[in-house]
Amino acid sequence: MAAVLAAVEPSWYLVLGAALFAIGAVGLLIRRNPLVMFMCIELMPNAVTLTFVTFSRMLDDVAGQTMVVFVFVVAAAEVVVGLGIIVAIMRRRPDATADDLALLKG
Amino acid sequence: METFVFLVAAAVCLSGAVGVVASRSPVHSALSLVGTLFGIAVLFVAQEANFLAAVQVIVYAGAIVVLFLFVIMLLGVDRVEDLRVDPLVGQRAAAAVVGVAVFALPVVALASVGWDATGAASNLAGIVDADVPDIEVIGRSLFTRYVFALEITSILLAIAVVGAVMLARRSPRPADMLVDLPEPVRTPGSDADVPAVDGPQDATAGAPGEEA
Amino acid sequence: METLDLVWLVPALPLAGFLTLVLLGRRLGEPAAGWLATAAVGGSFLATVVVFFGLLDRPEEDRAFTQTLFEWIPIGGWEVDVGFLADPLSIAMCLFVTGVGTLIHLYSIGYMHGDRDFSKFFLYLNLFVFSMVVLVLGENLLLTFLGWEGVGACSYFLISFWFTDPEKASAGKKAFVTNRIGDWGFMVAMFACFAALGSISYDEILGGAGSLSGTTATLVAACLFVGAIGKSAQFPLYVWLPDAMAGPTPVSALIHAATMVTSGIYLLTRANPIIAEADSWIQPTIAWVGAGTALFAATIAVSQRDIKKVLAYSTVSQLGYMFLAVGVGAYVPAVFHMITHAFFKALLFLGSGSVIHGMHEEQDMTRMGGLRKYMPVTAATFIIGWLAIAGVPPFSGFFSKDEILLYAWAENPALWAVGLVTALLTAFYMSRQVFLVFFGEERFTVEAGTPGHGDHAEVEAHDADTALDTEGAEAEALEEADTAHAPQHDDVHVLHAAPHESPWTMTLPLVALAGLAIVGGAIQLPFTSDLHFLADWLHPVLGENEVHIDVATGTKVGLAVVAVLAGLVGIAVAYAIYLRKVRQPVEPQILAEGWRYDQAISAFMGGPGRAGFEGIAAFDRTVVDGAVNGVAATVRRSGSGLRGLQSGFVRNYALGIAVGSVLLLAYFLVQVTY
Repeated sequence: MAAVLAAVEPSWYLVLGAALFAIGAVGLLIRRNPLVMFMCIELMPNAVTLTFVTFSRMLDDVAGQTMVVFVFVVAAAEVVVGLGIIVAIMRRRPDATADDLALLKG
Repeated sequence: METFVFLVAAAVCLSGAVGVVASRSPVHSALSLVGTLFGIAVLFVAQEANFLAAVQVIVYAGAIVVLFLFVIMLLGVDRVEDLRVDPLVGQRAAAAVVGVAVFALPVVALASVGWDATGAASNLAGIVDADVPDIEVIGRSLFTRYVFALEITSILLAIAVVGAVMLARRSPRPADMLVDLPEPVRTPGSDADVPAVDGPQDATAGAPGEEA
Repeated sequence: METLDLVWLVPALPLAGFLTLVLLGRRLGEPAAGWLATAAVGGSFLATVVVFFGLLDRPEEDRAFTQTLFEWIPIGGWEVDVGFLADPLSIAMCLFVTGVGTLIHLYSIGYMHGDRDFSKFFLYLNLFVFSMVVLVLGENLLLTFLGWEGVGACSYFLISFWFTDPEKASAGKKAFVTNRIGDWGFMVAMFACFAALGSISYDEILGGAGSLSGTTATLVAACLFVGAIGKSAQFPLYVWLPDAMAGPTPVSALIHAATMVTSGIYLLTRANPIIAEADSWIQPTIAWVGAGTALFAATIAVSQRDIKKVLAYSTVSQLGYMFLAVGVGAYVPAVFHMITHAFFKALLFLGSGSVIHGMHEEQDMTRMGGLRKYMPVTAATFIIGWLAIAGVPPFSGFFSKDEILLYAWAENPALWAVGLVTALLTAFYMSRQVFLVFFGEERFTVEAGTPGHGDHAEVEAHDADTALDTEGAEAEALEEADTAHAPQHDDVHVLHAAPHESPWTMTLPLVALAGLAIVGGAIQLPFTSDLHFLADWLHPVLGENEVHIDVATGTKVGLAVVAVLAGLVGIAVAYAIYLRKVRQPVEPQILAEGWRYDQAISAFMGGPGRAGFEGIAAFDRTVVDGAVNGVAATVRRSGSGLRGLQSGFVRNYALGIAVGSVLLLAYFLVQVTY
């Protein structure tokens, strides 16, 4: 089996990253539960970090991995604040969905 | 060997991602997310980004997903969502188009350059065959070239913490902030004049019916 | 510092007088406010005299002095300065403006005695003199326009001085509005000058007039003429001048006889290089408008009963003469007549004011008569003014009018004929006025019991007034005893006090002006060219644009004789009708109503005019406003349409972001790969 399989090309990682990102984007647009939407949001930086690491390896450059560190930090901060918002909202109405927050209607 | 690892990890990632999107229960989505994150961590290791793999597991899979689960648990938002219809017209179709486009465009771009994407190196430091461990290289770059960004992100974290505390405490009703009302009537369960401290205690006291 | 540097005093002193009176006028009260104002204008006159002599000292080519006070409008590369141009024309005008102005200020002290708003009157008068001087001395069109508007505004203030009477108030409005129509012409001319020459300073536009294209020069000249028509009360914009008699008489004398109405002539004379460059139909148009107006106004004056209205129409008529002169290129006679007219018309107006004052505010001539017994000085000076305007030699009016007629003859005998008929009519109606007011029976009676005037009507008193010349004495000596019937006359007017002569503050200016009316002709006597003082003086300003005619002396003398004869005929006819009562006076109603011109204007404005205006207003509403509102409505509608995008749903917004980023992604990837 191993002989049949070709060696891993870096581009495979990139395609995988693209796929993960696309799935995350679609999930964000489709789901209504705020928590699930947030999880889909979290998928996207992960795909990005995967891409960064792939490039870092391809170009033999540490900058990509450094970027990933920052992505982690930012994602953490983002999750903290986002969940705080969700908690604040859903404390009042636990069955709130994204569609209920329509006050910005023009 | 690497191929095998890649294929398995990729499968885990993809199925986890699909699971996040397609699960009806938020808890199932969270668990699928964990799967995806682990898969990514494995892929990091496969690309010799060991430090990052560790951080991924610790921070993402360990802290962030746990946070999600805490929220689900505490707020009792374990509702099942109806995934059959979407109230917004055309949202699904557009989302499908967007998804396909987002996937296809980079792939096509890759294909057109012969699956050999290159970018410009920053010439910061090599990491592949360095004598030092990757963590040291990352550390060096963080604290020399990117030290400013590092400091900014630390401020960002501080702001996030403060913001979270602000958001999560029991704030007075919005109406109270706008109008001078007389001394609020103390009804059972009403805690408008109780200073907000932190979530867990009040959450149990303030069940969903608290909305008076 | 040479004397010419004092030219700024000429406008500054009246301005200072105005400002002082604004602040302290009420406190100064009567008569101090009046003396202050008179001193201000008197000082201005002295300054003008000094500047005049300063100019005289210079050789002829060098008689243009510009004093720039400060830069007023610097815009990009263009600047307008506040500065004064002292040259022969402006100083000549300043001399009689400030000189006659001083006399009129003095007169007003007596005339406005007892008026509630005494100091306000002088404040306006000073402001007026300031504006007029700025108009004349300004070194660019904009300053002249400033003065132009200033005199228009002061004219409004002064005409409606007694504004509590609605008629007087609307007379002021009428003057202002009619002037505005003319002002449009002035403004367009200014714009055209700027567009063509990049400057509105007289130096540059008059010097550069040669470079103007024919059409531009014609446009400028025509527009300036429109402005002049408004300000100098020519047909069709003369209608404000008769109504302006609602103002106090000194106002009529100063503004509507001697100074403001002459601004139009000044403007055209100043712009003579541009007129010279204009198409050849401009000047005949000016001439015919002037001649036509002169005749038209003279016919109306024949039937007027108000003592001031006669003089008002007479002013319109005399201004017509000046335009006639400008139209045939005879600028010097125009200015000459302007100067002599200032003297005798101011004299006549002030005299009529004295009569009105003496008759206790009565202005209807049919209720006067025989006043020379009561007001000898007024009568004497008025008669001198009468003879001057009638063109009787050797008074000044004869020389100036004769010059104009001569040049008219040289240009077009038809113009001369119109001028001649007008001269006849002028002599006629002025004589009518003199006979009705100062001679003949007294068509009024004084209330019995008032001291010393019980049986004046019985007395056939006529002093041989030694101040009169031969004409007046002739009429005088033949007076009948009709005065005995006066008390039983049906329409005799009752006065509660006898007519009286005016105080010295009023009669002194009359005497001064009478003197000037007598000798004023000396500045441009036709006998030899050595005596052409005015022509020589104005030569640097007029240059080659002054027409020189070549008429045989015999023709000149013949024309002069004909003119004098016409005057005498007019006087004789008036004498026959009004003193001798040979036949009933012919005073057609239509002439009394000014050929119903005012009514025609009202009818037009009310009828077709209104329809036109409504049409324009409708156009403005639908097309112009419609376009603007349409744009707004379109924006609103498209905004409402776009509102649909704001569904309020976060997921829609997320979709929007996603779509946008996909597009960007596509764009960049395409850029990068291809």
